[in-house]
Amino acid sequence: MRDAFVAELTRLAEADPSVMLITGDLGFGVLAEFSKRFPRQYLNAGVAEQNMTGVAAGMALTGHRVFTYSIANFPTLRCLEQIRNDICYHHLPVTVVSIGGGFAYGPLGFSHHACEDVAVMGALPGMRVLSPNDPIETTACTRIAGTAPGPTYLRLGRNGEKKLHSALFDITSGTMIEMHSPESMEVAIIAGCGALDIAMASQELLKNAGISAGVWSSPWIEPFDQETTLRLARSVQLVVTVEEHSFFGGLGTRVAQACATAEGIVAQVIIVGVPREPMHKIGDQQFMRDQAGLTPEVVANRTLLALEHKAARR
Amino acid sequence: MNDLTPVVTKLDPKDLALRIRKHAVRMTSLGRSSHVGSVLSCADILATLYARLMRVRPHEPLWPDRDRFIMSKGHAGAGLYATLAELGFFPIERLDTHCQNGSTLCGHVATHGIPGVDFSTGSLGHGLPVGAGIAYALKIRAATSRTFVLLSDGELDEGSNWEAFLFASHHQLSNICVIVDYNKIQSLAPVSETLGLEPLMDKFRAFGWEARECDGHDHKALERALAPASDRAPVVVLANTIKGCGVSFMQHSVLWHYRTPQGDEFMAAMAELEGTPNA
Repeated sequence: MRDAFVAELTRLAEADPSVMLITGDLGFGVLAEFSKRFPRQYLNAGVAEQNMTGVAAGMALTGHRVFTYSIANFPTLRCLEQIRNDICYHHLPVTVVSIGGGFAYGPLGFSHHACEDVAVMGALPGMRVLSPNDPIETTACTRIAGTAPGPTYLRLGRNGEKKLHSALFDITSGTMIEMHSPESMEVAIIAGCGALDIAMASQELLKNAGISAGVWSSPWIEPFDQETTLRLARSVQLVVTVEEHSFFGGLGTRVAQACATAEGIVAQVIIVGVPREPMHKIGDQQFMRDQAGLTPEVVANRTLLALEHKAARR
Repeated sequence: MNDLTPVVTKLDPKDLALRIRKHAVRMTSLGRSSHVGSVLSCADILATLYARLMRVRPHEPLWPDRDRFIMSKGHAGAGLYATLAELGFFPIERLDTHCQNGSTLCGHVATHGIPGVDFSTGSLGHGLPVGAGIAYALKIRAATSRTFVLLSDGELDEGSNWEAFLFASHHQLSNICVIVDYNKIQSLAPVSETLGLEPLMDKFRAFGWEARECDGHDHKALERALAPASDRAPVVVLANTIKGCGVSFMQHSVLWHYRTPQGDEFMAAMAELEGTPNA
């Protein structure tokens, strides 16, 4: 995702000289080429995220379109009030980019686990929240961040994620992407925050168990695709959300909130996400996902169990 | 034609400062709001900036070549609103709505719908990083505009300022000018008893800034101190001020950081200001 982001940012910087990349002293080996090619559009603000974010606001007030760049929680939580007051309140075209959303930096420990970022950024007024699920979605999301008005939070993984789409496409504002939509669908799985691979593997497991499940990818967290959510929730037994993010305040919360305030909902909502408690045993991304119960097996088992309960109640 | 003539030199800073003070007492009384002491402290700084130094156009608030001003000590917003109204950015009558229900003139500085305000503040430690970003953007496009940022002394407790002090000197932002309203009183107690700042001039110099010190109530001294940088370093002016300056019973007082002038106190404050020789 990181390389896809930098490649698209390079295209944006070439087309628009007002595009500016400010890093909080991170991006070793990733940003060097950009900095050489666009020296006037690149700035290393040092390890000082509050100042970096304020500087971004000041530059945006003076006609620039700014990307701030760092990893995990540094560009978001460390300077949260600067994002809220300086960027969001003034509705400035600043994109906050975080590399390593979720457990991408798993072995580095709790400080580097970014599992509340989407909840926090998504609560800020006027903040667009984009959390692509693969490198192709990353390209499309970066393009939106680089051209749309107002602030954006762009939550990325790290690198080496598999491409889950076959071709590059433009994503429409606030809409989910249909990955798999079988006939007589019983379950709809909506994936966000980098968990589309889990959702797709869950769908395979369910298929083997005789359950017909569809899969949607939701790189948009804000604005959120209520329309598709409600259409699905009115036609299937279960809507299952999967996200590499706290189960609180991210994709699942939005799906549940949409369903709770609409009429004619038949589906039950199951939210699969990261528990709120810090995890002290560390390991790579897969290890952390396993610990958090964020696996295709868990998604499939919880789905089957919920379907059984539903059938028993009938 | 690029007309860089300052629009505001016709105003006398002494006259403007007195008007700011009277507005501040009236506004905080009408709106039953706090921070009148903070406004009185920086009234002469605002008056000198807007009457003598800032290149602005009240009829064209977003003029791209204007000088920028950020009131980082946003709690003294009444002072900035009064200054802008006196300059003609918006009608003076609007000041009466300050801190009232339905008004956009809130207790801390806001930009929305208020011509002439470059940036909204209210939480301390935000103005200088943003000012540094503006100055950086202006510098890389070789613009001649200056960016002025007014900080309070208590605000210097915020670490974000010191990140920005490092940033501005590293990038040689000689187009930024920071003014510290050094009245030596912060929210609950004197600065020296809270988090001591001294030796402050040494700190600024150690951070690579051209540090100047002056009497923050002497308009001529302020004008000299606020002159453009002599070299490539950014400029910081330590303006020695008196909190509550201009109203005897508000001077040097923590109480008037919070208290709103009502009844006899309002009358006494206004009478004292009216009696101030206007020359």
